[in-house]
Amino acid sequence: MYPAQFDYRRAGSVDEALSLLQENEDAKLMAGGHSLIPMMKLRLAQPPVVIDIGRLDELKGISEGNGSVRVGSLTTHADIAASDVLAAHCPVLAEAAGHIGDAQVRNRGTIGGNIAHADPGSDIPPVLVLLGASIHLQSPSGARSVAAAEFFQDLLMTDVGEDEILTHVDAPALGAGTGAAYLKFEHPASGYAVVGAAASVTIENGRCTAAGLVVGGVDATPTAVDVSSLTGSDLSDDAIAAAASGLDAEDPIGDIFASGDYRVHVGKVYGKRALAAARDRAS
Amino acid sequence: MAGVLGTSIKRREDPALITGRGKYTDDLNVPGMAHAAIVRSPYAHARIRGIDASAAEALPGVLAVLTARDVAAAGIPGVVPVGWLLPDLKTPAHPMIAADTVRHVGDAVAVVVAEDRYIARDAADRVAVDYEPLDAVADVVAALEDGAPAVHEDAPGNVAFDWEIGERESVDAAFASAAHTVQLDLRNNRLIPHAIEPRAVLASYDSNAGSMTIHMTSQNPHVHRLLMTLASLGMPEHKVRIVAPEVGGGFGSKIHHYADEAIVGLCSMKLDRPVKWTATRTETNLTDAHGRDHSTHCALALDADGRITGLRVDTTAAMGAYLSTFAPAVPTYLYGTLMSGQYDIPAIHCHVTGVFTHTTPVDAYRGAGRPEATYVVERLMHLAGETTGLGPVEVRRRNFVSPDAFPYQTQVALAYDSGNYGPAMDRALEMIGYDDLRSEQASRRGNGGGRQIGIGFSSYIEACGLAPSAVVGSLGAQAGQWESADVRVHPTASVTVYTGSSSHGQGHETTFSQIVADRLGIDPEAVEVIHGDTDLVQFGMGTYGSRSAAVGGSAIARSVDKIIEKGKKIAAHLLEASAEDLEYEDGSFRVAGSPDRSLGLGDVALQAYLAHNYPDDLEPGLSATSFYDPSNFTYPFGTHVCVVEVDTETGSIELLRYAAVDDVGNVINPMIVDGQLHGGLAQGIGQALWENAVYDESGQLVSGSLMDYAVPKIHNLISFELDRTTTPCPHNPLGVKGVGEAGAIASPAAVVNAVVDALAPFGIDHIDMPLTPEKVWRAVNS
Repeated sequence: MYPAQFDYRRAGSVDEALSLLQENEDAKLMAGGHSLIPMMKLRLAQPPVVIDIGRLDELKGISEGNGSVRVGSLTTHADIAASDVLAAHCPVLAEAAGHIGDAQVRNRGTIGGNIAHADPGSDIPPVLVLLGASIHLQSPSGARSVAAAEFFQDLLMTDVGEDEILTHVDAPALGAGTGAAYLKFEHPASGYAVVGAAASVTIENGRCTAAGLVVGGVDATPTAVDVSSLTGSDLSDDAIAAAASGLDAEDPIGDIFASGDYRVHVGKVYGKRALAAARDRAS
Repeated sequence: MAGVLGTSIKRREDPALITGRGKYTDDLNVPGMAHAAIVRSPYAHARIRGIDASAAEALPGVLAVLTARDVAAAGIPGVVPVGWLLPDLKTPAHPMIAADTVRHVGDAVAVVVAEDRYIARDAADRVAVDYEPLDAVADVVAALEDGAPAVHEDAPGNVAFDWEIGERESVDAAFASAAHTVQLDLRNNRLIPHAIEPRAVLASYDSNAGSMTIHMTSQNPHVHRLLMTLASLGMPEHKVRIVAPEVGGGFGSKIHHYADEAIVGLCSMKLDRPVKWTATRTETNLTDAHGRDHSTHCALALDADGRITGLRVDTTAAMGAYLSTFAPAVPTYLYGTLMSGQYDIPAIHCHVTGVFTHTTPVDAYRGAGRPEATYVVERLMHLAGETTGLGPVEVRRRNFVSPDAFPYQTQVALAYDSGNYGPAMDRALEMIGYDDLRSEQASRRGNGGGRQIGIGFSSYIEACGLAPSAVVGSLGAQAGQWESADVRVHPTASVTVYTGSSSHGQGHETTFSQIVADRLGIDPEAVEVIHGDTDLVQFGMGTYGSRSAAVGGSAIARSVDKIIEKGKKIAAHLLEASAEDLEYEDGSFRVAGSPDRSLGLGDVALQAYLAHNYPDDLEPGLSATSFYDPSNFTYPFGTHVCVVEVDTETGSIELLRYAAVDDVGNVINPMIVDGQLHGGLAQGIGQALWENAVYDESGQLVSGSLMDYAVPKIHNLISFELDRTTTPCPHNPLGVKGVGEAGAIASPAAVVNAVVDALAPFGIDHIDMPLTPEKVWRAVNS
């Protein structure tokens, strides 16, 4: 497990990181290093230059305001899982972060590194898609944001350009009457999600006014399930099961632990359970 | 010191190990040290057309690239031998470095030595090997089919051996007249040992002395020295010193002599420099000998009362691409001989075909044959409980060897020295609250919910401390199975023990000091234990097969007893008494009946070395060496009960309870015994639920990394409920048996039986390990 030779540069600011990216062709940004370093040790990635942005405090931290929460890209999973701000305004994101890896991984790994790597078994992407979060990117030519649903493009592929840095994530705070839940079916070897179901349910005056379900792990990118049938429904177990059974994936991913067909099946079951948990939290 | 045996003294090894100060092989650095990287075949089967190392050699910092040609040019034997021979065993050559054919992914084809390990690794990528890929066969059953690709030309049909034990005719007769029969086709899944410390070697050749010191990850340094010198490097045995520093786990994988360690030794000889190599985790998974990998048909015949009348077993066992050190013994003498389990079975026949496949070699892994045997017997007993209507408890109880039948001669060679099986099962039932669990199960079944519980049993027998040497030799072992101990009492009455049973994590230094302290009546802190160095320790056989306490510990006890006998003679001289009248107790030699006439061990030890006032007919000194060769195996046993909840909607299994009652004889250190059980249970439960070495049809190891191969993690497991019964071993001086493998032997069957019990309403009577959720879900929905 010895990586190929590479140069190491440490950026002191976002601007410096952006210029280093410009100057070094095929350079890779490293935040917590928990996705990049294993790839390099296996020599699946052989970047000539690694730009360490892990110490940029300007990209760390969690805040809330104007009905949304903002999470800096270098915020660790451990900080997200333990955040009081998120516990009050967006607990499902903290819940998902608490499922990532083990304590050591959560202490080093960051939300920005996680979503930029875009592993299909990652816990964060389905939650961001469910929440309708926006992902903010900066390049020498300016800043832009992209909806989470558009951000994840394919297996390990995202909308991040070669000259861009992921700076932060904005997600709408969950309002009163909304419950959300993330349920994970963990791979016993990797610890990644075989299936991760993120669901939300909003109840106003005793009736369901909105519901969402996004399932990770069955496809290369998070799969949104049309659960609009729940709007106006009594949120009975049967109604929830029927809605979750709408999960479909054309070409589901599979491995020696869980085939594609099985992942779709478990996605439906976990989708149902996540919706039921969200319902119970909403009411 | 009284009370030192049987108490949970904290492990003296731990402060250094848990604070990161333990020195493992890879921690060792010596002046002038170079680093090796081994070039391995990416193909399961290929012909080597040529090797071009020029690009590697051109890389700055590269010192040498060696291939099979260099092994030949060195004029050394250059092979990796097999150390256990069966009748008509095919023993195709296993060259240290593949010369013209590679036979599994990971087979060594060249080695690069460089100034640092990064350069070595970069250079290894530049060694251009021209392969002609050939058809491969990885599956043990497919390898026996007509037209299967041949692994070795001199092993027709890929058969390594054809072995049987017991009487086929009497078993046939039992089945012909049986009231009930049950049968099963099962796979025992291939496992990768996964010691936390990968294999590593630091070989330091000294051309002036013509000698070599090899630090390496070894469970048995003397055996490694023998095989390394005799078969691989051709150096005189006395010119090679092997040291096993801290060794971070082995589970069998560090018993065997591998090509890699010999290759690094050759590099050091060629370059006249120290050379180090540490396996990467990928290399570990591709080259550490794997475990299990059986395909078995088995059947049990019972009479109308549910008494077993016959057992038939037919197993195809994978050997992998080459015969690893003790591989032929594992699915034969360590497997077929265990088929009587805890039961009085009048007719048994076990037939085993050993098969070459284009895979990593298979050899002893924690339990080595006995988990596979226990799985066969205990899965059949579960089915027998169902078919006879007796249930899992009564069918076992009805067939237990009666406590007054010991010594009990089985139909498969072993003679059980002692046992008392009923009480262990009774205690397990009591601990688990069996009747309440069955009521809970019935009510859940009645409700038809998606979470069903199951209760699984495994009443296992284990045979450990392989012995005696004469018998083992007659069965084909190319080694003895005794153990040595040199115990030296110093003039100040502190003690050093030199044991041939070296530790790789078991806590020998703690437990062996307890044995000495108890017998000599001194503080365990006054005892030092030295092991793992062929220059310091007289020949020894090492640590495997749960032998260290029963064989190594007994050798120590024997030496201590010899020292006491000698001390009595010295004390008798000093006390002007007759040696026959002396007693030794609590560290003092006393004249029987005259309590005021006594001498401490220190007084006697000092005089043994001063020899100023000393018996004429006695040599000075107070030390003793023993080579203890046991008269039999020891036979631990017990009953394990597993309770699971199965989510029938997804097939997920949750462990609810795990109770184990084990009888390992007298216990030296209960905490260490419990720790051994915890570790063994984790590995056995891991086999049942998660672990699986998977090859694809081309012979690629698909589960070659920890991203795909699931070893149990702490959050996957539950708190184990442990208790013991104590039936001392009658034939060794300590009354101890062995505990290192019991957990891994018993638990796979307990877990699978529990899951199958939970799924009985679905008509499921078997699912092959590992019981992944998808397999369970498919079984439920088929």
